Formats: sequence, structure tokens, C-alpha cells
Amino acid sequence: MDETPITLKGTADGILLKPRSHVWATVLEALEQALKEAEAFFRGSRLIMELGNRELTQDQLASLRALLMRYDIELWAVLSENETTVRLVRSNGVLTRLPKDTEAKKSPDDVLPPEQQALFLQQTLRSGQSIHYAGNVTLIGDVNPGAEIVAGGNIIVWGTLRGVAHAGAFGDEETAICALDLQPSQIRIAGYIGRAPDGRRGSAEPEVARIEGGQIVAEVWGRRG
Amino acid sequence: MAGKIITISSGKGGVGKTTATANLGLSLAILGKRVTCIDADIGLRNLDVMLGLENRIVYDIINFIEGRCRFRQALVRDKRFPELYMMAAAQTRDKNSITVEDMTKVAREAAEISDFVLIDSPAGIEHGFRYAVAPADLVLIVTNPEVTAVRDADRVIGLLEAEELAPAQLILNRYKPELVRRNEMLDPDTVIDLLAIDLIGIVPEDDKVFGAGNQGRPVALDEHSRAGKAFRNIGRRLTGEDVPFEALRKQTFIQRLFGSR
Ligand SMILES: Nc1ncnc2c1ncn2[C@@H]1O[C@H](COP(=O)(O)OP(=O)(O)OP(=O)(O)O)[C@@H](O)[C@H]1O
Ligand SMILES: [Mg+2]
Repeated sequence: MDETPITLKGTADGILLKPRSHVWATVLEALEQALKEAEAFFRGSRLIMELGNRELTQDQLASLRALLMRYDIELWAVLSENETTVRLVRSNGVLTRLPKDTEAKKSPDDVLPPEQQALFLQQTLRSGQSIHYAGNVTLIGDVNPGAEIVAGGNIIVWGTLRGVAHAGAFGDEETAICALDLQPSQIRIAGYIGRAPDGRRGSAEPEVARIEGGQIVAEVWGRRG
Repeated sequence: MAGKIITISSGKGGVGKTTATANLGLSLAILGKRVTCIDADIGLRNLDVMLGLENRIVYDIINFIEGRCRFRQALVRDKRFPELYMMAAAQTRDKNSITVEDMTKVAREAAEISDFVLIDSPAGIEHGFRYAVAPADLVLIVTNPEVTAVRDADRVIGLLEAEELAPAQLILNRYKPELVRRNEMLDPDTVIDLLAIDLIGIVPEDDKVFGAGNQGRPVALDEHSRAGKAFRNIGRRLTGEDVPFEALRKQTFIQRLFGSR
């Protein structure tokens, strides 16, 4: 059977990597290829590797970390059923289980193309926390200063957006960022960057930001057309 | 029943963690509680000075962890309240001399003989922070009404939430109503709204805090100190008493009078 060497998908906790090939070099090669294709999306995110009962050596772990470091990705957790591997991973200061039970939060399925998938979150996204997701992201709650959402699709914040939001991270210029209270430190849509004018207090009404005439424009929701 | 373990943490340094630990320790002792304060800021020992117990230290927490003394020997008894104890940090060591398991063991043992165990956490979000919050039943986040301190508090709360550690409550320290009125300081509502955790007390800026810290006589012992009163109120709230938020209310009332905000 002609299997792809790895599967890679966005979850609420980070990027989930499942090696399929049993040749480590092939796994790394495929991973690098995938990271190269969407650097902007992956930059600054964290990665969870799911290994099943396969064993991992110190060299393999080190080579993976070196690769991820080049793309500014943190190796956050390695999930394994193999005791030797669990011990090895722990001794390297990497988590071996996720703090929260994330099974329920994994992206819906692999059947839909990423741009049709959506991640729904209900929480305060706090300083230092980031969400990287290939599809659309809806968050009920605030995005605080120092927090970040990077999405392949649209971003909707049912709350106050004070942190950084990047929609269309794979280059889709048709995407939008909506927030009940839009006062971000910075927003990006595809390759465009918009920064709130200093001292701007968001409008009292929900706003939507999108690309118009070669720049990012924020407008009060519902006042269009 | 084992006592409650409370860690005082902040992210940003210098916002008043040690001041809060010393004052809450005394406030709870005043209420007749058995309290053990643990200085977890290994290498930057401060709590002993603020409590005025510096010259009574014989053994410290590392001595106990390394088996050089018994638990009781590592405790320094307060001269004012016989049921208030302090365990000193080691000044000559660093934070890597302690593991999460060590700290948890010490805190649990202290909880056996106390109603409240207060752990004074080091600043930052690294190892020192992690071992300090690990055994906590409750984390008190100290912040100042300024953008950087609030951002760091938010980071710490995020870490506690993500790792499903103890619930957090907020102490807003060094509050100056006149600066808020002039729009030079974040107002408490903005801070509470952003951090989205329960407030346990607002402590005003008070010149007496500085001297009190140097003299080893925390303001909680001072009837006339406003900060002291605020700390005593937080102590009462920790024991479950429902104490109204006097200071905050008064300020918003004054603000309303002057039509600011
Ligand atoms: N309410 C207050 N009013 C006036 N001064 C205060 C107040 N709270 C704290 N301070 C002062 O702020 C300084 C720092 O306090 P403290 O040492 O308690 O902070 P810390 O958070 O423990 O610092 P570190 O991160 O270095 O451990 C001290 O000089 C103290 O006197
Ligand atoms: Mg301190």
C-alpha cells in the first residue's frame, strides 16, 4: 500500500504529527516538506507527536527537535505507549501526555478539506497562548494581549480581540477577521499586515476586517453594501 | 484535616509577592490560624527579613530536603504568634536544588500541622514558578495596575489553566486611585475584566509598606495602615468570611462624585 509517510493536522492544542513510515529519515523529509509549504502558518506553533508503541531513540528525538527549531516550532509533547520512549522523552523535558484530555478537541475529521473545517473554542486566550489551525476558528471569549490566533481560514472572536490574529495564513485573501470588540495589537490577512492606530479604542459595535483595495480595512458589521 | 496550601505568584518580579505572603501570614495568625509560610525563592531569600525572623534561622528548606535536619527544625517560630512558622529559603543555592516532588512533600508536611500554608513563589514562569505552584490548592496572583504586570499575570493564569493546576484569585496591589482618576493607571475594572478571574482584594499603595518590610514588622500589624487593613481583609476572605470590598466601592463612589471615567 502506498501510504503517505506522515499525517499532520491542526488541533486546538497544536499540530498533531503521526509518523506512518517506519524509516525515520523519510518521516523527517516529509515533515520538512510540509513545513516548508506553509511556513507562515506553522511558525511559533507547537507540535504533538503521536507514536503508538513504536520506539524512539535519543538521536531521532534530537533530529526532530533540530528540524522543528529551524521552523520556530516547539516540540511540546510526544505521546507514546512505549515505556522506554516515555522515559526518554521525559528526560528531555518534553511532555508525554497532554495536560487536558484533548481527544475531544481534535479536528472533526480528515474527510473535509481544511478550509471547510472549523475549530470552536470557548475560553479566554491568554498571553503566551496561541492557536494554529488550518481551517476557520471561532472563539467565544477574549483574545488577550500577547495571545495569538493563526488560521488558514476566517477568524471570529465573540469577545474582545486585543492580541494578534492572522487569517488566511496559507494565502487566502478572501478571509476575514470578525470581533465583537476589535482592538487588536496587530491583524494579518494572508500576506497583509494591519496595525491598530495607537490609542485606538475599538468601535462599540462588532467589526469585520478584510482586504480591500490592497490593504486591511475594518468596518462596523452590517454597514456594508 | 490537612490545611490549605496557597501559593502567591505573579509572573513579573517586584509586584509584591513577598509583601503579600508576609502580611497574609500575619493576618491569618491574627485570626488565630496556624500558619506556615514557605520561602520558595531559593537564592533570593526575602521573606525572613520581611517577617523579622532573619536572625533566628538555623536550618533552611534545602537542609530539610537533603536530610540534614528534621522538618520541625527547619521551621522558625514567629516571636509574636506562636502558631506562625516560617521555612526559610537557602540563600547560597539556586532553584535547581529543588524538584516539584520536593516542594510538594514539604508543603504537604507543613499542611499537616497548619490551617494555612503560604508559599512565596519566585518571579518568572520557569522551574521556580512551577515547583511553587505544583502543590497549591489555590494560587493568589499578585499584580499591579500596570500593563506589563497584568500581561505577565495573564500568562501565569494561562499556564495554570492549561495544566489544570489550582484555581487562581487576584490581588491587585499598589493601587493609586488618584492616578486612575487621571487616567495614568489601569482601573481595577479593566484589570479584572481582562484577567477574568475572581478578585480577592485590592491593596492600596501605602508608604508604610516599605519601612515595615525593612523592619520586619509587616503593615498587617499596623492598625492605621490602609494596606495593612486590605491585607487583613484578604486574610478574612481566605478563612471564608464574606468581607465587602470596601476600598473599591469607596473609590468608585468618589470617582462617580468627581465624574471621572
Ligand atoms: N502596597 C504597597 N505599597 C507600597 N509599596 C509596596 C506595596 N507592595 C509592595 N511594595 C514595595 O514593592 C517592593 C517589592 O515588593 P516585594 O519584594 O514584596 O515584591 P516581590 O513580588 O516579592 O518581588 P520579587 O519578584 O523580587 O520576589 C518592596 O520595596 C515593597 O516595599
Ligand atoms: Mg519576593
